[in-house]
Amino acid sequence: MSFEVSHTLMTVALAALLIGGLAGVLGSFLVLRGQSLLGDVISHAALPGVVAGFLMSGSRSFVAILLGALVAGALAGLSVQLLRRGAGLKSDAALGVVLSLFFAAGVVLYSVAQGRPGAAGLQVFLFGQAASVLRSDVVAMAVVAALVLGVIVALWKEFQLISFDPEGARAAGLPVERLETLLSVLVAVAIVLGLALAGVVLMVAMLIAPAVAARQWVNRLGPMVVLAAVFGAGSGMAGAVLSALGTGVATGPVMVLVASSVVAVSLVLAPGRGVLARLAMDRRARRSLHRRQVLEVMAGLSAEHANPAYRSEETMLDAYLGTPARPVLQRLEREGLIRQVPHGPEGRAHWELTDEGQAGDRA
Amino acid sequence: MSAALQTIPAMILMTGALVALSGALLGTFLVLRGQSMASDAIAHAIVLGIVLAWMLTGARTGPLSVAGAALAGLASVLAAQALARSRLMAHDAALGLVFPAMFALGVLLINLNARNLHLDADTVLLGEIGFVWLHTVMILGFEMPVAAATLAVVALLNMGFVVLFWKELKLASFDPGLASALGFRPELLGAVLLALTSVTAVAAFDAVGVVLFMAFLIVPAVTGLLLSRRLWAMLGIALVSGLVSVGAGYGLALRWDVSIGGMMALATGGGLVLALMVAPRSGLVAALIRRRLMRDEARLNTLLIHLSSHSGTPAQAEECTEVAFIDHLHWSPDTVRQVILAGLDRGLMRREGRLFALTSAGAARAVMLIRAHDRRRALPPEE
Repeated sequence: MSFEVSHTLMTVALAALLIGGLAGVLGSFLVLRGQSLLGDVISHAALPGVVAGFLMSGSRSFVAILLGALVAGALAGLSVQLLRRGAGLKSDAALGVVLSLFFAAGVVLYSVAQGRPGAAGLQVFLFGQAASVLRSDVVAMAVVAALVLGVIVALWKEFQLISFDPEGARAAGLPVERLETLLSVLVAVAIVLGLALAGVVLMVAMLIAPAVAARQWVNRLGPMVVLAAVFGAGSGMAGAVLSALGTGVATGPVMVLVASSVVAVSLVLAPGRGVLARLAMDRRARRSLHRRQVLEVMAGLSAEHANPAYRSEETMLDAYLGTPARPVLQRLEREGLIRQVPHGPEGRAHWELTDEGQAGDRA
Repeated sequence: MSAALQTIPAMILMTGALVALSGALLGTFLVLRGQSMASDAIAHAIVLGIVLAWMLTGARTGPLSVAGAALAGLASVLAAQALARSRLMAHDAALGLVFPAMFALGVLLINLNARNLHLDADTVLLGEIGFVWLHTVMILGFEMPVAAATLAVVALLNMGFVVLFWKELKLASFDPGLASALGFRPELLGAVLLALTSVTAVAAFDAVGVVLFMAFLIVPAVTGLLLSRRLWAMLGIALVSGLVSVGAGYGLALRWDVSIGGMMALATGGGLVLALMVAPRSGLVAALIRRRLMRDEARLNTLLIHLSSHSGTPAQAEECTEVAFIDHLHWSPDTVRQVILAGLDRGLMRREGRLFALTSAGAARAVMLIRAHDRRRALPPEE
């Protein structure tokens, strides 16, 4: 029993690792080229292909279903292009039309398939069910994934150029349209491979989330793709194993929630652009501004009173700054630019510029 | 028994018609505002709202459920906008990130509470309008499906909104900058539009499922957009196209014994294909006619230039004949006859026995064409 469980778990984990990694790599290009929602459309549009593949092959044949999904996904991508270029529709309208019509076709075909034997297996493609993946499926996935990665490595420079500078690529004489089509086909392949795990509705998140998370940490394409693959593989594996342990829990949602958490953590922690980094930057900027304001005010008062060591009252500095000046004053004191002096009968705190402070070190 | 059989189709058609009505009213403005894909986000995000409302209040239907779902739908779009404004990611990536996460959480919660919550994730996605007659209420002595009753209220709400704010919606859709400058708060109007879309999606998903509702929002509106540039005409076409799709989809679904909701949604595509064919500006037929006119014009120009370069030369007797046009320009005799007729009709050339010559108008046109051609060739390539 325990051997069987671990055997199934191994298969599931391996498949999720492959799919998550592949989706991360291709998602990076999708996100950088501003085509995230095209991934959504292609994955929804795969539904009629999945069912048509099932109806034609008469069984839950992995290859037939994947081929059907691929053809439907490619047709959907092509339809979006035609509606935009041919009919002049805005991109969001074209995407919405294709998504909803292909999905409607999928629902109609699904109702046809429901009477057939073995149709219950189709349900896994809606939300994904990791346990439905067989060992032989994993071998097929690995072969296809290796092919896709091979193409990306071979055409790395070209894909890099069309992602960042399509005009430059065209000027350099690259066949940009053909490369873009190839990239879209590779994306469709990755989506289709992941359907059994993540489902048609949620596969898009497995493309986008790892890429967006990786983008927060690095600024170069190479590291971004590698990091997205790692994030995708990690969240895929974690999600698949978690859902396989629970009963009656679809895999897609768990994978997507893990991947979304990775994005949330990245948005908070990322160096340079994350929420925490921005807060720290704001704090540094505020401190430096306050420091300069206090020095300016004290120098101004000194000049006004023709007394380089004029003693400014702390409450007055509070009023100038608009917030309690004490922390700023203490930092300046540590720097040796000002010092506290007792003054007046009330003994209220007063501050004067040191020689160093008078020298005008206000940087 | 026969009375029941007669009312079931009526109930299904009524429910479908109400979905189409609300879809056209809201979809027209969503499409014009470039927010078609926001409806995708809303359609998925309401699932989380419904489940959360159930977990907090125990209500699976009713106003609390609708309110929760509407809030979730609105929140998905606003959260995506906020993420995009942080400039940490593009707007489309933000949308594609937020609603799958919300939908995933919703489906997971449904899975975990499957025993208590009478809500099936597949039903949310696919719906089944064929079963709306199973849950009915009596209203004013009429037996109505619950879904239809809810949809009727929502449709009235949508109609009221569109009628009351027609001018504001029009302005905000076509020129948000001006609307803002005039103090109409287009972003507030947009938020109300999204909230109404969420409410309608909640009311519709029992009947047709969330993704199919999207078809009724977007496809008829795009059909209207292709066929007309006037807002009221666009809305009218969207309404008609949606309602016809409901009827046609129902008939086809019965005939082929397939999902009624799916077929109704797919039928909206029929209107779109028709519009793509006959649309006055971007349609296929219009493009063919345009291409044909341009081809005929180009042939006539070629013939004029041919005549112009040979008339008055020794080769005139050989070149300016019908036979030469066929042999030298490699046109079929039919084509040559058509082009000659066009040239004669428009007074650009005349017949002189076997020969053809340019009239003064034809000669002037040939000179102009040659000059334009030379000018184009002489210009530097980057111009």
